[in-house]
Amino acid sequence: MSKRIEAKNLDIYYGKFKAVEDVSMVIEPRAVTAFIGPSGCGKSTFLRSLNRMHEVINGAYVEGELLLDGHDLYGPGVDPVNVRRQIGMVFQRPNPFPTMSIKENVLAGLRLNNKRMPGREQDEVCEKALRGANLWEEVKNRLDLPGSGLSGGQQQRLCIARAIAMAPDVLLMDEPCSALDPISTLAIEDLIQELKANYTIVIVTHNMQQAARVSDSTAFFNIAGTGAPGKLIEMGPTEQIFSTPEKQETENYITGRFG
Amino acid sequence: MSSTAPAAESSAASAGLVPTKPRIGDRVFQGLSTGSGIAILVILALVAAFLVLRAFPALTTDPATLAAQGYGEFWSWVLPLAFGTVWAAIGALVLAVPVAIGIALFISHYAPRRLAQGLGYTIDLLAAVPSVVFGLWGIFVLAPALIPLHVWLTTYVGWFPLFSGQPSGTGRTIFTTSIVLAVMILPIITSLCREVFLQAPNLHEEAALALGATRWEMIRMAVLPFARAGIVSAIMLGLGRALGETMAVALVLSGQNRVDFQVLTAENPNTIAANIALSFPEAYGLRINQLIASGLVLFVITLAVNMLARWIVARRAQYSGAN
Ligand SMILES: Nc1ncnc2c1ncn2[C@@H]1O[C@H](COP(=O)(O)OP(=O)(O)O)[C@@H](O)[C@H]1O
Ligand SMILES: [Mg+2]
Repeated sequence: MSKRIEAKNLDIYYGKFKAVEDVSMVIEPRAVTAFIGPSGCGKSTFLRSLNRMHEVINGAYVEGELLLDGHDLYGPGVDPVNVRRQIGMVFQRPNPFPTMSIKENVLAGLRLNNKRMPGREQDEVCEKALRGANLWEEVKNRLDLPGSGLSGGQQQRLCIARAIAMAPDVLLMDEPCSALDPISTLAIEDLIQELKANYTIVIVTHNMQQAARVSDSTAFFNIAGTGAPGKLIEMGPTEQIFSTPEKQETENYITGRFG
Repeated sequence: MSSTAPAAESSAASAGLVPTKPRIGDRVFQGLSTGSGIAILVILALVAAFLVLRAFPALTTDPATLAAQGYGEFWSWVLPLAFGTVWAAIGALVLAVPVAIGIALFISHYAPRRLAQGLGYTIDLLAAVPSVVFGLWGIFVLAPALIPLHVWLTTYVGWFPLFSGQPSGTGRTIFTTSIVLAVMILPIITSLCREVFLQAPNLHEEAALALGATRWEMIRMAVLPFARAGIVSAIMLGLGRALGETMAVALVLSGQNRVDFQVLTAENPNTIAANIALSFPEAYGLRINQLIASGLVLFVITLAVNMLARWIVARRAQYSGAN
């Protein structure tokens, strides 16, 4: 559990368009790393390249090296399906499977792995994941009802439960609170703090206060202009990025000044 | 500042304080849509009334009178036809549905875009072929070509009850008919399925992939459940067409008035629609009423199929796509 990610000179493409250029960074285990930057600078693209979800899009590919505890995730013979089983992902819009019950949603990933899990074990895994996502108390009496009946915040926590039920090494979150109300957002932020004891967590956020609240280190991405690739400008401990950034560009962004 | 004030005022007026043109458009559209809705109901009622009125004598004349005029009792005559209709249609569905879903999935989720488009056009083209062409193809090409298969199936798979018996020497069997019908309903089922597969939300497809689903697992988790209702409707539309198909069946099938589950023998049930087409030219008197009454039975069967489909779709509505 909880592994270290190291990106070396990652270039990320959509067909001919280079969306992210030459990113190298280390993401530490048992910590929360936040990606911030203006929209369109490639935060989501970079995040999705970390679990090989990027290449799901037609014509999209990645160049460079990406190491998970030293193993190249883009090495020859590495099955992206296995990478995604080890690196979980939570999306911007909550996306529980509407045709499945709450319990089926939590177990959806595990069902893919070993189809025949005894009923007792299923119940245990389900409860553990839902407790892990701070959702158990709210749904324990309606596990067999559809997940789409929950509120947005609950749905997002259900998605987190679904991801952590797989016992992944890393949890990637792409603006997980941007579709949620403030109270649900707080619940998720608290949850992230608890989860970092066991997982490597990477979160994309457009909300700088959120980055400051939840993350241990922060990476600032920026883009020179439309059509230009996004780049990693600076990365460091969150406190330092928000108080004494090294680059002028970073300071301009966090103080709300552009250009 | 002063020059913008009047502009703001006039835009407030056009925003709805004064009724203007758009309301006329609304009204016309409302009238049109209500009108066509009513028209459909009226036409349906007229068809039903016609069928019932003209079928009435066949249903009410007592069997003795019918027998005196040389006709059998209505229900014992129409039930085998109804059986044949449903039997041939079920055969067609069994053959067409898996193929249609397979092709639709291939087009929507596997094929490269170019190939997918080409395939899509080809399938749609198939839908434009008139049924008489299918009938002629069935009788002159397919039926003779399938005779060896009839022999092979009865010889080696004859233990399976449906494939038992003496193989037909002409190939003009329920089996061949079902194949022709399957080809005819394939395009509509395929293109409807393709549409719903394409509409499966990307959101859920990505959720499945991010959990480490292979493409097929992703389809099973995020596409097929979403498309369930659409698939059922597509199948029912196909079934409707197979039940009502007249020309192709009339040409291909050499049927009699009987109930027979063996699909490869020379003795085959006939279908209602084909029987009407074949018998109508020589029919007179009560026979015409009987034929129309059989049409009424077909109408009821089709209606029942549609209601069944609606019920299936509605049963799991709370789990359906949108949330
Ligand atoms: N599916 C896609 N196909 C082509 N280009 C894309 C796609 N998704 C994103 N992009 C482009 O990649 C760049 C980075 O986008 P994204 O990673 O979504 O930015 P962010 O998440 O930082 O707002 C943008 O220029 C965007 O237009
Ligand atoms: Mg984004």
